[in-house]
Order: sequence, then C-alpha cells, then structure tokens
Amino acid sequence: MIAFEYIEPESLEEALALLEQHGEDAKVLAGGTGLVNLMKQRLVQPTYLIGLRRLAHSPELAEIRPNGGLTIGALCSHRTVETSALIQHRLPLLATTFQHVASVRIRTAATIGGSLAHADPNQDPPPALLVLDARLRVQSTHGEREIDLNDFFVDYYETALEPEELITTVVIPPQPTGAGTAFSKFLPQTHDDYATVAVAARISLDGDTIAHARIALGAAAATPLRAKAVETALQGQTPTPKLMRDAAALVAEEVDPLADFRGSAEYKRDMAVVFTQRTIGQAVTRAREASGNG
Amino acid sequence: MKSIRLRVNGQAVERDIPDNALLIDLLRNGLDLTGTKEGCSVGVCGACTVLLDGQPVSSCLTLAVTADGCAVTTIEGLSEGDRLHPLQKAFIDYGGFQCGICTPGQIMSAKALLDENPHPSKDEIQNWMMGNLCRCTGYYKIIESIQAVADGRVTP
Repeated sequence: MIAFEYIEPESLEEALALLEQHGEDAKVLAGGTGLVNLMKQRLVQPTYLIGLRRLAHSPELAEIRPNGGLTIGALCSHRTVETSALIQHRLPLLATTFQHVASVRIRTAATIGGSLAHADPNQDPPPALLVLDARLRVQSTHGEREIDLNDFFVDYYETALEPEELITTVVIPPQPTGAGTAFSKFLPQTHDDYATVAVAARISLDGDTIAHARIALGAAAATPLRAKAVETALQGQTPTPKLMRDAAALVAEEVDPLADFRGSAEYKRDMAVVFTQRTIGQAVTRAREASGNG
Repeated sequence: MKSIRLRVNGQAVERDIPDNALLIDLLRNGLDLTGTKEGCSVGVCGACTVLLDGQPVSSCLTLAVTADGCAVTTIEGLSEGDRLHPLQKAFIDYGGFQCGICTPGQIMSAKALLDENPHPSKDEIQNWMMGNLCRCTGYYKIIESIQAVADGRVTP
C-alpha cells in the first residue's frame, strides 16, 4: 500500500470541507473492506484518506428511521441492516439480502454507503435496493441532492458520485401494498463468495394480474441492472408458469456478464434466466400470500 | 506518522505508526503478538480475525490508525496464565484443528459468536463460521468444538 495521509474529521461538515479541498486526491474510508483491498493492490492510490469513524454516532449517518418508507444512514453496517427489527419487519427483502453478503466479519465492518460507492457489480445489495426503488441522498459543501439508484451505477466500479460528494442516506420509499419480494443468489462455490448471478424481484398483484414488477440483477454486467424487458412482459399479465418462463427468458438479452472463475459469460447468461424465473415465482407466491390468495 | 493509544488484551499500548500500517502488522511486528495469522490478505480466509471493541474484524483489512482508542483482543488474550479459555480447551479436546494455522481466527470468530449468542444452534454456528476457512477439512470438528462450549460440556 502506498503512503497516504489519514485524516479523521469530527463532523459531517468537516468531512465535506476536506472532500471539497482535496477532490480526486482523496478517498473516503468507511468499513474499508472494499477500499483497503483496492489500495493494497495499488488500484487506488489516494494522497489523503478521510476516515469517517468519528461520524458513526451522527444520527443522520448511522440510524435507520421509518419515514413513510425507510431511511438508512450510509454508515450503517451490513450487520446492522441485517439484524434491524425495523428492516426485518418492514423490508424483509433487505434483511435477507444483507444476510447473504460475504461473512459476519465482513458484514460487521462494511457499510451500506461504502459498498454502494465501491460499486463492485458483483455485490448483493444493489439488485435488492433497485427493486425497492431506492434513492441515495448525497451531500457536498454545495448542498444536497438525491440520485435515483437506477442512475447511480455508471460503469465497472464507477458511479455518478462527484469526488467532493458523500452518500449520507439511502432512502427507500413506501412500497406498494401487498408486494411480494424475493432474492436469489446462485453460489456454486463457497457460501461467502460473490454470486455467479444474483436476482431480486418485487411483484405486486391486482387480483389475478401483475400490477407492478421490478426485477434486477447483480453479477450480470458491468453494473447492477434492471431487467426492464422482463418487467414489461410481466406487467398487466396473469402470472402463469408459462408467462413467468417466457418473461424470464428475455433476461438473456439484457445481461452482459463478465467471464471469471465463477463462470463463463454463457453460463452466467443461462443461470440468469433460471434464477430470474425462480425469483419471479417466489415473489409472486409471496404477493399471493400477502393478498390472501395463497 | 500517527500516534495511537489502544488497549490490546487489556494492556494499554501507545505507538507511533505510519498512516498506512495495517492492524495485523502492528500486532505481529510491533507488539510481537504472532498468534494472529495472515492467510489470504484480502479478508476472505478469516485467519487474521481479531476482536475490535468486541466485534470480529479482518486485521489484514483494518488500518491500525482506526484502532486508536479501541480495545483489541487477540488469541493471546483469551487464556488466563495456564488456564485455557473454554474454546481453546474444546478445540484440543474435540480435535478442532490439524495444522493449526486457521485456529486463532476460528477461535476468535467463535468467541464473537458466543459473546453475542451463548447458545447457538448448529445452523447458527455453521452460518457464523463460514467466513473462516480450514484447508485441513476440519469443519466438522470445529463445529463440534464450538457446540461443546455452547452446551457447557467443556470445563476450562
């Protein structure tokens, strides 16, 4: 790891001022499980490292709050999200998804804001957050803005975040009544690995037909992605086994997987279809249960 | 350079360290606590697990400067003189290790589990411990060792 100067701001204002001052020469350290690895490999070589440890008690950055939907402070660890009674009750999809990330040791350190800024396309939380219509609240000394998560991931490890901006809050809007959600992670190797493909789905029913469908995938392209052709094929239709199979097949054209030791591009494309179909099926079952038609 | 003050296994420690020093290097090279092992160096294998304010972390991914003001517990901090911690005793009694290089990390992870959940089920043990790799294929014995402590079958 190359030398850098480590700075530990005492407040959000001080952190933002440091980011404004140092811009692209600075990197922000939250849990460090992603960034320290990149720094050890010299893929990232900041002159200044801004550690957010002393901000971990700031309510805005560290709390999970009911707020119509929910807001999750960017410095909440994966473990905090996974074990939050509020999230388990209100957004079981998120609790389940975060349980699938790496190991307890990594989840203890890694934060939700840090992992999103890291933008490794193989991560588990982004597809789940995408189907929940999450937005990110980001701040700089110039003010605050919200970024729709659909617009956040730009390319491989690249996001829409400016160098002087910091993610402060993940905003989950109120969810459709009676929506069913599901998350699948295909892991042919060890349980703490990144997915070969991961799929999240949120389906809400209006009687017998699908009122809204959200499908998103991780580890299936250079960024997490929404499978919009699949969503369109499901929308307004009755979720028969044939419909779900035909709709899931469309995901093959939407993914653009990178070959690695977790599978060839062809294999990941095939598995994306299989797991999209299964995940839609689970979400439909849960939506039926929620509407009392189970 | 940064001056840091922390407690390691209950002892107050003050050191001047480079900003980019890792906690594992401070422990092993700075404090001669070589019980903590470095395996993969990328946070996957769990060999370097220590407790930072009671929470399990990969010391190979933790900057030493971020341990300033914290309490660190390593494998050396578990026994009281010759009196082994129940987990250490159990790993011996139940054959929870072969070559031993993963063992300090296994035991520190298991300690974090039992501190949070003193009576875990077998599933809970397996789920918690999956981030600690053993290449001697000793997983069954590792789980049995932890289960024995959870069930109160080990007296130190």
